[in-house]
Amino acid sequence: MTNPIPWSGSGLLEEVRQRSGTEVSACFQCHKCSTGCPIGPEMDFLPSQIMRLVHLGAENEVLGSQAIWLCASCEACTTRCPMAIDIAGVMDALRIMAIDRQTVLPDAHGKQFHRSFLGSVRRHGRVYEMGMMATYKLRTFDLLSDVEKIPQMLAQGKLSLLPNRSGGIKGVREIFRRAEEEDRKP
Amino acid sequence: MKYAFFPGCSLESTARSFDISTRAVCRTLGIALVDIPDWTCCGSTPAHATSDSLAVALPVLNLQKARSLGLPVMVACASCYARLRTANHRVSNDPEDLRRAGRITGRPYDGGVEVRHVLDVLVNHLGLDAIRAKVSRPLAGLQVACYYGCLLTRPPEVVAFDDAEHPTCMDELVAAAGAESLDWPFKTECCGASLSMTHSEVASRLSHKLLSMARTAGADCLAVACPLCQVNLDLRQADAAKAHGAFRPTPVLYITQLLGLALGISFKNLGLDALTVGAKNLFAKRDSGAVGFAGGKP
Ligand code: SF4
Ligand code: SF4
Repeated sequence: MTNPIPWSGSGLLEEVRQRSGTEVSACFQCHKCSTGCPIGPEMDFLPSQIMRLVHLGAENEVLGSQAIWLCASCEACTTRCPMAIDIAGVMDALRIMAIDRQTVLPDAHGKQFHRSFLGSVRRHGRVYEMGMMATYKLRTFDLLSDVEKIPQMLAQGKLSLLPNRSGGIKGVREIFRRAEEEDRKP
Repeated sequence: MKYAFFPGCSLESTARSFDISTRAVCRTLGIALVDIPDWTCCGSTPAHATSDSLAVALPVLNLQKARSLGLPVMVACASCYARLRTANHRVSNDPEDLRRAGRITGRPYDGGVEVRHVLDVLVNHLGLDAIRAKVSRPLAGLQVACYYGCLLTRPPEVVAFDDAEHPTCMDELVAAAGAESLDWPFKTECCGASLSMTHSEVASRLSHKLLSMARTAGADCLAVACPLCQVNLDLRQADAAKAHGAFRPTPVLYITQLLGLALGISFKNLGLDALTVGAKNLFAKRDSGAVGFAGGKP
Protein backbone atom coordinates (compact mmCIF):
# COMPACT_ATOMS: atom_id res chain seq x y z
CA MET A 1 0.00 0.00 0.00
CA THR A 2 1.34 3.45 -0.75
CA ASN A 3 1.26 6.24 1.73
CA PRO A 4 -1.03 8.98 0.36
CA ILE A 5 0.92 11.60 2.30
CA PRO A 6 4.36 12.38 0.88
CA TRP A 7 7.02 11.54 3.46
CA SER A 8 9.19 14.51 4.32
CA GLY A 9 11.40 13.03 7.00
CA SER A 10 11.33 13.78 10.71
CA GLY A 11 12.02 17.52 10.60
CA LEU A 12 8.45 18.38 11.58
CA LEU A 13 8.39 15.92 14.47
CA GLU A 14 11.63 17.32 15.86
CA GLU A 15 10.52 20.93 15.53
CA VAL A 16 7.18 20.25 17.25
CA ARG A 17 9.00 18.38 20.02
CA GLN A 18 11.30 21.31 20.62
CA ARG A 19 8.65 24.00 20.49
CA SER A 20 6.10 22.19 22.64
CA GLY A 21 8.59 20.52 24.98
CA THR A 22 6.57 17.30 24.79
CA GLU A 23 7.41 13.88 23.36
CA VAL A 24 5.02 13.61 20.40
CA SER A 25 6.76 10.46 19.17
CA ALA A 26 5.46 8.58 22.24
CA CYS A 27 1.91 8.67 20.82
CA PHE A 28 0.73 5.11 20.15
CA GLN A 29 -2.61 6.09 18.62
CA CYS A 30 -4.98 5.02 21.37
CA HIS A 31 -7.33 7.90 20.38
CA LYS A 32 -8.22 8.73 23.96
CA CYS A 33 -7.53 12.39 23.21
CA SER A 34 -9.93 12.37 20.28
CA THR A 35 -12.67 10.55 22.17
CA GLY A 36 -12.83 13.28 24.79
CA CYS A 37 -12.25 16.27 22.52
CA PRO A 38 -15.34 18.52 22.71
CA ILE A 39 -14.66 19.99 19.27
CA GLY A 40 -14.09 16.64 17.53
CA PRO A 41 -17.32 16.79 15.51
CA GLU A 42 -16.25 20.06 13.85
CA MET A 43 -12.56 19.20 13.27
CA ASP A 44 -11.13 18.12 9.91
CA PHE A 45 -8.47 16.06 11.73
CA LEU A 46 -8.95 14.73 15.26
CA PRO A 47 -6.18 15.39 17.81
CA SER A 48 -4.82 11.82 17.50
CA GLN A 49 -4.76 12.21 13.71
CA ILE A 50 -2.83 15.46 14.09
CA MET A 51 -0.27 13.55 16.20
CA ARG A 52 0.03 10.88 13.50
CA LEU A 53 0.39 13.48 10.74
CA VAL A 54 3.20 15.07 12.75
CA HIS A 55 4.91 11.65 12.91
CA LEU A 56 4.56 11.37 9.15
CA GLY A 57 6.02 14.82 8.57
CA ALA A 58 2.85 15.96 6.79
CA GLU A 59 3.57 19.61 7.35
CA ASN A 60 1.13 21.15 4.87
CA GLU A 61 -1.77 19.04 6.10
CA VAL A 62 -1.08 19.84 9.76
CA LEU A 63 -0.28 23.54 9.49
CA GLY A 64 -3.11 24.07 7.00
CA SER A 65 -5.68 22.20 9.09
CA GLN A 66 -8.77 23.77 10.62
CA ALA A 67 -8.32 21.61 13.70
CA ILE A 68 -5.44 23.65 15.10
CA TRP A 69 -7.61 26.79 15.07
CA LEU A 70 -10.76 25.06 16.28
CA CYS A 71 -9.02 23.59 19.33
CA ALA A 72 -10.47 25.38 22.37
CA SER A 73 -7.42 24.72 24.60
CA CYS A 74 -9.63 22.89 27.08
CA GLU A 75 -6.74 20.63 28.17
CA ALA A 76 -8.93 17.50 28.33
CA CYS A 77 -6.55 15.65 25.98
CA THR A 78 -3.43 16.71 27.89
CA THR A 79 -4.99 15.63 31.18
CA ARG A 80 -5.95 12.19 29.86
CA CYS A 81 -3.16 11.07 27.51
CA PRO A 82 -1.71 7.80 28.86
CA MET A 83 1.68 8.77 27.44
CA ALA A 84 1.62 12.17 29.19
CA ILE A 85 1.81 14.03 25.90
CA ASP A 86 0.81 17.69 26.19
CA ILE A 87 -1.47 17.66 23.15
CA ALA A 88 -2.92 21.11 23.89
CA GLY A 89 0.68 22.37 23.99
CA VAL A 90 1.30 20.74 20.60
CA MET A 91 -1.75 22.60 19.23
CA ASP A 92 -0.22 25.88 20.48
CA ALA A 93 3.12 25.04 18.85
CA LEU A 94 1.39 24.23 15.56
CA ARG A 95 -0.57 27.51 15.56
CA ILE A 96 2.61 29.44 16.18
CA MET A 97 4.37 27.56 13.37
CA ALA A 98 1.45 28.18 10.99
CA ILE A 99 1.67 31.92 11.71
CA ASP A 100 5.48 31.93 11.33
CA ARG A 101 5.30 30.23 7.95
CA GLN A 102 2.34 32.30 6.86
CA THR A 103 0.48 29.17 5.94
CA VAL A 104 -2.72 29.98 4.08
CA LEU A 105 -5.45 28.93 6.43
CA PRO A 106 -8.75 27.44 5.33
CA ASP A 107 -10.45 29.50 8.00
CA ALA A 108 -8.62 32.42 9.53
CA HIS A 109 -11.18 33.39 12.19
CA GLY A 110 -9.17 31.99 15.09
CA LYS A 111 -6.04 33.78 14.05
CA GLN A 112 -7.87 37.07 13.46
CA PHE A 113 -9.52 36.86 16.86
CA HIS A 114 -6.18 36.32 18.58
CA ARG A 115 -4.66 39.25 16.67
CA SER A 116 -7.53 41.59 17.51
CA PHE A 117 -7.40 40.58 21.17
CA LEU A 118 -3.64 41.08 21.53
CA GLY A 119 -3.83 44.34 19.57
CA SER A 120 -6.24 45.62 22.20
CA VAL A 121 -3.95 44.53 25.04
CA ARG A 122 -1.02 46.25 23.37
CA ARG A 123 -2.96 49.51 23.00
CA HIS A 124 -4.68 49.63 26.39
CA GLY A 125 -2.83 47.19 28.65
CA ARG A 126 -6.16 45.44 29.09
CA VAL A 127 -8.73 44.08 26.67
CA TYR A 128 -11.20 46.69 25.52
CA GLU A 129 -13.94 44.36 24.37
CA MET A 130 -15.97 46.74 22.16
CA GLY A 131 -12.87 47.84 20.27
CA MET A 132 -11.56 44.31 20.05
CA MET A 133 -14.84 42.98 18.69
CA ALA A 134 -15.08 45.78 16.13
CA THR A 135 -11.56 45.08 14.85
CA TYR A 136 -12.22 41.37 14.71
CA LYS A 137 -15.47 41.82 12.82
CA LEU A 138 -13.85 44.12 10.28
CA ARG A 139 -10.98 41.68 9.75
CA THR A 140 -13.28 38.74 9.14
CA PHE A 141 -16.10 40.63 7.37
CA ASP A 142 -18.37 38.95 9.90
CA LEU A 143 -20.22 42.16 10.70
CA LEU A 144 -23.63 40.98 11.73
CA SER A 145 -23.26 37.99 14.01
CA ASP A 146 -24.26 38.65 17.61
CA VAL A 147 -24.84 42.40 17.07
CA GLU A 148 -28.34 41.97 18.49
CA LYS A 149 -26.75 41.14 21.85
CA ILE A 150 -24.80 44.39 22.09
CA PRO A 151 -27.52 46.84 23.31
CA GLN A 152 -28.49 44.52 26.13
CA MET A 153 -24.87 44.02 27.16
CA LEU A 154 -24.27 47.76 27.16
CA ALA A 155 -27.35 48.26 29.34
CA GLN A 156 -26.16 45.62 31.80
CA GLY A 157 -22.76 47.30 32.04
CA LYS A 158 -21.07 44.25 30.47
CA LEU A 159 -19.65 46.32 27.62
CA SER A 160 -18.34 49.83 27.75
CA LEU A 161 -18.07 52.46 25.04
CA LEU A 162 -14.69 53.61 26.33
CA PRO A 163 -11.53 51.60 26.97
CA ASN A 164 -10.40 51.03 30.54
CA ARG A 165 -6.70 51.76 30.37
CA SER A 166 -4.24 50.20 32.74
CA GLY A 167 -1.64 52.45 34.37
CA GLY A 168 0.78 49.67 33.46
CA ILE A 169 0.48 50.35 29.73
CA LYS A 170 4.12 51.35 29.22
CA GLY A 171 5.37 48.09 30.70
CA VAL A 172 3.03 46.11 28.46
CA ARG A 173 4.17 47.81 25.26
CA GLU A 174 7.77 47.11 26.23
CA ILE A 175 6.88 43.46 26.81
CA PHE A 176 5.27 43.13 23.39
CA ARG A 177 8.36 44.60 21.77
CA ARG A 178 10.80 42.33 23.60
CA ALA A 179 8.59 39.25 23.18
CA GLU A 180 8.63 39.80 19.43
CA GLU A 181 12.42 39.89 19.52
CA GLU A 182 12.49 36.69 21.56
CA ASP A 183 10.08 34.92 19.22
CA ARG A 184 12.24 35.88 16.25
CA LYS A 185 15.31 34.23 17.78
CA PRO A 186 16.11 30.95 16.05
CA MET B 1 -6.74 36.74 55.82
CA LYS B 2 -5.43 38.96 53.06
CA TYR B 3 -4.82 38.45 49.32
CA ALA B 4 -3.56 40.46 46.39
CA PHE B 5 -6.47 40.39 43.93
CA PHE B 6 -5.99 39.98 40.17
CA PRO B 7 -9.39 40.86 38.62
CA GLY B 8 -8.50 40.39 34.94
CA CYS B 9 -10.13 42.04 31.91
CA SER B 10 -13.40 40.07 31.88
CA LEU B 11 -14.21 41.16 35.40
CA GLU B 12 -14.22 44.76 34.17
CA SER B 13 -16.66 44.01 31.36
CA THR B 14 -18.70 40.90 30.57
CA ALA B 15 -18.13 39.44 34.05
CA ARG B 16 -18.67 42.55 36.16
CA SER B 17 -21.10 40.65 38.34
CA PHE B 18 -18.35 38.11 39.13
CA ASP B 19 -16.21 41.02 40.30
CA ILE B 20 -18.98 42.59 42.37
CA SER B 21 -20.06 39.31 43.97
CA THR B 22 -16.51 38.09 44.69
CA ARG B 23 -15.69 41.32 46.49
CA ALA B 24 -18.99 41.32 48.39
CA VAL B 25 -18.56 37.71 49.54
CA CYS B 26 -14.94 38.25 50.58
CA ARG B 27 -15.88 41.37 52.54
CA THR B 28 -18.62 39.49 54.38
CA LEU B 29 -16.32 36.57 55.15
CA GLY B 30 -13.45 38.73 56.34
CA ILE B 31 -11.07 38.12 53.42
CA ALA B 32 -9.26 41.38 52.65
CA LEU B 33 -8.45 41.99 48.97
CA VAL B 34 -5.85 44.46 47.70
CA ASP B 35 -5.97 44.97 43.92
CA ILE B 36 -2.63 44.44 42.22
CA PRO B 37 -1.68 48.02 41.28
CA ASP B 38 -1.80 48.73 37.54
CA TRP B 39 -2.45 45.09 36.70
CA THR B 40 -2.49 44.27 33.00
CA CYS B 41 -4.00 41.53 30.82
CA CYS B 42 -2.70 37.97 31.40
CA GLY B 43 -2.70 37.35 27.63
CA SER B 44 -5.36 34.64 27.86
CA THR B 45 -5.63 32.10 25.00
CA PRO B 46 -4.62 34.56 22.23
CA ALA B 47 -1.15 34.86 23.81
CA HIS B 48 -0.41 31.18 24.32
CA ALA B 49 -1.90 30.31 20.93
CA THR B 50 0.32 32.71 19.03
CA SER B 51 3.44 33.64 21.02
CA ASP B 52 5.32 31.47 23.46
CA SER B 53 7.13 34.53 24.83
CA LEU B 54 4.00 36.61 25.51
CA ALA B 55 2.38 33.57 27.12
CA VAL B 56 5.01 33.62 29.88
CA ALA B 57 5.86 37.31 30.06
CA LEU B 58 2.37 38.87 30.38
CA PRO B 59 1.44 36.83 33.49
CA VAL B 60 4.93 37.22 34.98
CA LEU B 61 4.66 41.01 34.72
CA ASN B 62 1.62 40.85 37.02
CA LEU B 63 3.16 38.35 39.40
CA GLN B 64 6.12 40.69 39.83
CA LYS B 65 3.72 43.49 40.75
CA ALA B 66 2.05 41.16 43.26
CA ARG B 67 5.42 40.30 44.75
CA SER B 68 5.94 43.92 45.70
CA LEU B 69 2.75 43.69 47.79
CA GLY B 70 4.17 40.69 49.64
CA LEU B 71 0.84 38.83 49.47
CA PRO B 72 -0.38 35.60 47.84
CA VAL B 73 -2.58 36.22 44.79
CA MET B 74 -6.27 35.40 44.50
CA VAL B 75 -7.89 35.15 41.03
CA ALA B 76 -11.57 34.79 40.13
CA CYS B 77 -11.43 34.24 36.36
CA ALA B 78 -10.62 30.59 35.60
CA SER B 79 -8.71 31.53 32.46
CA CYS B 80 -6.51 34.16 34.16
CA TYR B 81 -5.98 31.67 36.98
CA ALA B 82 -4.74 29.01 34.55
CA ARG B 83 -2.44 31.50 32.77
CA LEU B 84 -0.86 32.79 36.00
CA ARG B 85 -0.40 29.24 37.34
CA THR B 86 1.04 28.05 34.03
CA ALA B 87 3.57 30.90 33.99
CA ASN B 88 4.65 30.01 37.55
CA HIS B 89 4.92 26.36 36.56
CA ARG B 90 7.02 27.15 33.50
CA VAL B 91 9.54 29.48 35.13
CA SER B 92 9.89 27.10 38.08
CA ASN B 93 10.49 24.04 35.91
CA ASP B 94 12.24 25.25 32.77
CA PRO B 95 15.48 27.22 33.18
CA GLU B 96 15.12 28.65 29.67
CA ASP B 97 11.64 29.99 30.45
CA LEU B 98 13.04 31.47 33.67
CA ARG B 99 15.78 33.31 31.78
CA ARG B 100 13.46 34.40 29.01
CA ALA B 101 10.87 35.83 31.42
CA GLY B 102 13.68 37.81 33.07
CA ARG B 103 14.95 39.11 29.72
CA ILE B 104 11.52 40.23 28.53
CA THR B 105 10.27 41.83 31.74
CA GLY B 106 13.70 43.22 32.65
CA ARG B 107 13.50 41.78 36.18
CA PRO B 108 14.17 38.31 37.55
CA TYR B 109 11.18 36.28 38.71
CA ASP B 110 11.46 32.78 40.15
CA GLY B 111 7.81 31.66 40.10
CA GLY B 112 7.52 31.99 43.88
CA VAL B 113 4.31 34.05 44.24
CA GLU B 114 1.46 31.77 45.30
CA VAL B 115 -1.63 31.93 43.05
CA ARG B 116 -4.99 30.61 44.26
CA HIS B 117 -8.47 30.57 42.80
CA VAL B 118 -11.31 32.06 44.84
CA LEU B 119 -12.86 28.55 45.18
CA ASP B 120 -9.59 27.24 46.58
CA VAL B 121 -9.35 30.15 49.04
CA LEU B 122 -12.94 29.72 50.23
CA VAL B 123 -12.91 25.93 50.62
CA ASN B 124 -9.29 25.16 51.54
CA HIS B 125 -8.04 28.31 53.25
CA LEU B 126 -11.07 29.85 54.94
CA GLY B 127 -12.87 26.51 55.30
CA LEU B 128 -16.48 25.39 55.07
CA ASP B 129 -17.13 25.65 58.82
CA ALA B 130 -16.33 29.36 58.82
CA ILE B 131 -18.65 29.82 55.84
CA ARG B 132 -21.52 27.80 57.36
CA ALA B 133 -21.28 29.93 60.48
CA LYS B 134 -22.02 33.04 58.40
CA VAL B 135 -24.89 31.62 56.30
CA SER B 136 -27.95 33.56 57.39
CA ARG B 137 -30.42 32.78 54.58
CA PRO B 138 -29.82 29.18 53.46
CA LEU B 139 -30.90 28.31 49.91
CA ALA B 140 -32.99 25.37 51.07
CA GLY B 141 -34.69 23.44 48.29
CA LEU B 142 -32.65 24.86 45.43
CA GLN B 143 -31.12 22.21 43.16
CA VAL B 144 -27.85 23.33 41.64
CA ALA B 145 -25.71 21.74 38.91
CA CYS B 146 -22.11 22.81 39.57
CA TYR B 147 -20.25 23.35 36.32
CA TYR B 148 -16.47 23.61 36.57
CA GLY B 149 -15.54 23.73 32.88
CA CYS B 150 -12.00 23.19 31.66
CA LEU B 151 -9.44 25.35 33.29
CA LEU B 152 -10.18 25.21 37.01
CA THR B 153 -8.96 21.64 37.24
CA ARG B 154 -6.81 21.08 34.16
CA PRO B 155 -4.07 20.21 33.60
CA PRO B 156 -3.58 18.75 37.10
CA GLU B 157 0.21 19.31 37.22
CA VAL B 158 -0.49 23.04 36.94
CA VAL B 159 -3.67 23.72 38.93
CA ALA B 160 -4.36 20.82 41.31
CA PHE B 161 -6.62 22.11 44.07
CA ASP B 162 -9.34 19.62 43.18
CA ASP B 163 -9.75 16.38 41.24
CA ALA B 164 -9.36 16.91 37.46
CA GLU B 165 -12.20 14.60 36.37
CA HIS B 166 -14.51 14.74 39.38
CA PRO B 167 -14.06 18.02 41.25
CA THR B 168 -16.21 18.67 44.33
CA CYS B 169 -15.18 22.01 45.90
CA MET B 170 -18.03 23.98 44.30
CA ASP B 171 -20.51 21.29 45.33
CA GLU B 172 -19.29 21.60 48.90
CA LEU B 173 -19.82 25.37 48.81
CA VAL B 174 -23.32 24.94 47.39
CA ALA B 175 -24.11 22.51 50.21
CA ALA B 176 -22.67 24.94 52.77
CA ALA B 177 -25.04 27.56 51.32
CA GLY B 178 -27.92 25.23 52.14
CA ALA B 179 -28.75 24.20 48.57
CA GLU B 180 -28.57 20.73 47.04
CA SER B 181 -25.77 20.04 44.58
CA LEU B 182 -26.69 17.53 41.89
CA ASP B 183 -24.75 14.60 40.59
CA TRP B 184 -24.52 15.13 36.84
CA PRO B 185 -22.07 14.01 34.16
CA PHE B 186 -20.81 17.16 32.39
CA LYS B 187 -19.10 18.97 35.26
CA THR B 188 -15.80 19.36 33.44
CA GLU B 189 -16.92 19.31 29.79
CA CYS B 190 -15.89 22.34 27.73
CA CYS B 191 -18.35 25.15 26.83
CA GLY B 192 -16.37 26.19 23.74
CA ALA B 193 -14.56 29.05 25.47
CA SER B 194 -13.44 31.74 23.01
CA LEU B 195 -14.85 29.78 20.05
CA SER B 196 -17.93 31.72 21.05
CA MET B 197 -16.39 34.65 19.16
CA THR B 198 -15.01 32.79 16.16
CA HIS B 199 -17.35 29.80 15.70
CA SER B 200 -20.48 30.61 17.65
CA GLU B 201 -22.27 27.55 16.22
CA VAL B 202 -19.82 25.31 18.12
CA ALA B 203 -20.43 27.21 21.35
CA SER B 204 -24.19 26.89 20.78
CA ARG B 205 -23.93 23.13 20.29
CA LEU B 206 -21.90 22.69 23.46
CA SER B 207 -24.10 25.04 25.50
CA HIS B 208 -27.16 23.12 24.39
CA LYS B 209 -25.62 19.81 25.41
CA LEU B 210 -24.63 21.12 28.84
CA LEU B 211 -27.84 22.97 29.63
CA SER B 212 -30.17 20.19 28.54
CA MET B 213 -28.22 17.66 30.60
CA ALA B 214 -28.37 19.94 33.64
CA ARG B 215 -32.14 20.23 33.12
CA THR B 216 -32.51 16.46 32.80
CA ALA B 217 -30.62 16.06 36.06
CA GLY B 218 -33.23 18.33 37.67
CA ALA B 219 -31.22 21.54 38.01
CA ASP B 220 -33.00 24.80 38.86
CA CYS B 221 -29.82 26.66 37.95
CA LEU B 222 -26.12 26.22 37.20
CA ALA B 223 -23.25 27.47 39.32
CA VAL B 224 -20.06 28.49 37.49
CA ALA B 225 -16.72 30.08 38.38
CA CYS B 226 -15.49 31.25 34.98
CA PRO B 227 -16.50 34.33 32.94
CA LEU B 228 -16.34 32.49 29.61
CA CYS B 229 -18.57 29.67 30.88
CA GLN B 230 -21.08 32.15 32.32
CA VAL B 231 -21.32 34.24 29.15
CA ASN B 232 -21.51 31.26 26.80
CA LEU B 233 -24.16 29.46 28.83
CA ASP B 234 -26.24 32.50 29.79
CA LEU B 235 -26.12 34.58 26.62
CA ARG B 236 -26.44 31.76 24.07
CA GLN B 237 -29.54 30.00 25.37
CA ALA B 238 -31.86 31.42 22.73
CA ASP B 239 -29.38 30.62 19.92
CA ALA B 240 -28.84 27.12 21.31
CA ALA B 241 -32.56 26.43 21.51
CA LYS B 242 -33.10 27.69 17.97
CA ALA B 243 -30.33 25.53 16.52
CA HIS B 244 -30.70 22.35 18.57
CA GLY B 245 -34.16 22.19 20.09
CA ALA B 246 -36.03 23.90 22.89
CA PHE B 247 -35.20 23.49 26.55
CA ARG B 248 -36.36 25.39 29.56
CA PRO B 249 -34.25 28.54 30.08
CA THR B 250 -31.92 28.02 33.02
CA PRO B 251 -30.23 30.74 35.08
CA VAL B 252 -26.44 30.49 35.18
CA LEU B 253 -25.05 32.10 38.33
CA TYR B 254 -21.54 32.67 39.56
CA ILE B 255 -20.88 30.57 42.65
CA THR B 256 -20.09 33.81 44.48
CA GLN B 257 -23.60 35.08 43.66
CA LEU B 258 -25.25 31.96 45.08
CA LEU B 259 -23.06 32.00 48.15
CA GLY B 260 -23.62 35.74 48.57
CA LEU B 261 -27.41 35.24 48.65
CA ALA B 262 -27.01 32.65 51.40
CA LEU B 263 -24.82 35.12 53.29
CA GLY B 264 -27.68 37.61 53.16
CA ILE B 265 -26.22 39.96 50.54
CA SER B 266 -28.82 41.67 48.33
CA PHE B 267 -29.64 40.76 44.71
CA LYS B 268 -28.31 44.07 43.48
CA ASN B 269 -25.06 43.99 45.46
CA LEU B 270 -24.29 40.64 43.83
CA GLY B 271 -24.88 41.89 40.28
CA LEU B 272 -27.80 39.48 39.89
CA ASP B 273 -29.82 42.02 37.90
CA ALA B 274 -27.40 41.59 34.96
CA LEU B 275 -28.27 38.00 34.03
CA THR B 276 -29.74 37.34 30.58
CA VAL B 277 -31.82 34.45 31.93
CA GLY B 278 -32.98 36.06 35.15
CA ALA B 279 -32.91 34.37 38.54
CA LYS B 280 -35.69 36.39 40.20
CA ASN B 281 -38.22 33.55 39.96
CA LEU B 282 -35.87 31.19 41.73
CA PHE B 283 -35.72 33.38 44.78
CA ALA B 284 -39.11 35.06 44.65
CA LYS B 285 -40.63 32.78 47.24
CA ARG B 286 -37.86 33.22 49.73
CA ASP B 287 -37.73 36.97 49.19
CA SER B 288 -41.45 37.30 49.84
CA GLY B 289 -40.65 36.27 53.39
CA ALA B 290 -41.91 32.69 53.28
CA VAL B 291 -40.27 30.21 55.60
CA GLY B 292 -38.35 27.60 53.62
CA PHE B 293 -37.89 27.76 49.90
CA ALA B 294 -38.74 25.68 46.87
CA GLY B 295 -36.79 26.26 43.69
CA GLY B 296 -38.60 26.62 40.35
CA LYS B 297 -38.66 22.94 39.38
CA PRO B 298 -38.87 22.08 35.71
S1 SF4 C 1 -4.21 10.09 24.00
FE1 SF4 C 1 -1.97 10.35 23.76
S2 SF4 C 1 -1.19 8.38 23.08
FE2 SF4 C 1 -3.42 8.32 22.81
S3 SF4 C 1 -3.72 8.96 20.65
FE3 SF4 C 1 -3.86 10.81 21.91
S4 SF4 C 1 -1.77 11.66 21.93
FE4 SF4 C 1 -1.63 9.53 21.22
S1 SF4 D 1 -7.31 21.02 24.09
FE1 SF4 D 1 -8.01 21.19 21.97
S2 SF4 D 1 -7.52 19.19 21.06
FE2 SF4 D 1 -7.39 18.93 23.27
S3 SF4 D 1 -9.43 18.13 23.84
FE3 SF4 D 1 -9.47 20.37 24.09
S4 SF4 D 1 -10.27 21.18 22.15
FE4 SF4 D 1 -9.62 19.04 21.78
